[in-house]
Amino acid sequence: METLLDALLAFLVLTGAVFTFIGSLGLARLRDFYTRLHGPTKATTLGVGSLLIASAIYFSTRGDGVSLHEVLVTLFLFITAPVSGHLLAKAALHLRMKSLTPPPRDPS
Amino acid sequence: MSRRQGLFRLLPHPLLTPALAVVWLLLVNSAAPGQIVLGLLLGWALPLFTLRFWPERVRIHSVPALLRFIAVVLYDILVANLNVARLILGRPDSLRPAFVEVPLELKTDLAISLLANTITLTPGTVSASLGEDRRVLLVHALDAPDPAGLVAEIKSRYEAPLKEIFEAC
Repeated sequence: METLLDALLAFLVLTGAVFTFIGSLGLARLRDFYTRLHGPTKATTLGVGSLLIASAIYFSTRGDGVSLHEVLVTLFLFITAPVSGHLLAKAALHLRMKSLTPPPRDPS
Repeated sequence: MSRRQGLFRLLPHPLLTPALAVVWLLLVNSAAPGQIVLGLLLGWALPLFTLRFWPERVRIHSVPALLRFIAVVLYDILVANLNVARLILGRPDSLRPAFVEVPLELKTDLAISLLANTITLTPGTVSASLGEDRRVLLVHALDAPDPAGLVAEIKSRYEAPLKEIFEAC
């Protein structure tokens, strides 16, 4: 049972690490500002998500009592990440950043 | 002033109160009676102080639709994360990024914000700008070989349920 739990936790932490890494890698590999926005705003949702699930399981089984802080972190992350992404994109449109595809029309 | 209006003035957002109380209990990580009272007090006071941000009352018309929507979004986050990971690790030069315009049928601020947030959370798309008149949402897609199909998918998969949840007529 213990080993099984450890295996599950290890799997979650590793998955989280891999996806967070891929998200950051996107910053280096993608070509323009708008496509780069995609890496950090999402590959990280799953990455951070599985890290938080691992954390919740770990502290609920080893610590004292159920640990639900992680639910809150997820909630805040899901609310704030898209907002910052949206504002970055809006600012980029306003500044007319170099783009692989032209924006459809002047967003004013 | 009618009784209903008085109640509205005292408790402008009945749904926000328990939600804030739960968030407070999670923050302190405790369910002691004192914390519950404090949480409810905060849940009552904060909506009053932030009333100007939320002038309209939030109504959830269909709870099953809301739960279904959450499940769909979580599933899409999972699947689409794998897609974006594959796109990043693949050949970035072969990507076909595109801006697409999604015409909005949603009217309420909350539903539009939720739609924009959902679009950004599901990988492959970022909501970039909301038109002045709130009729069009500009979305940037990482790889969109079929922009018209993408718009149709966003509308049927996310906008229609949100409309059913918050704006059912």
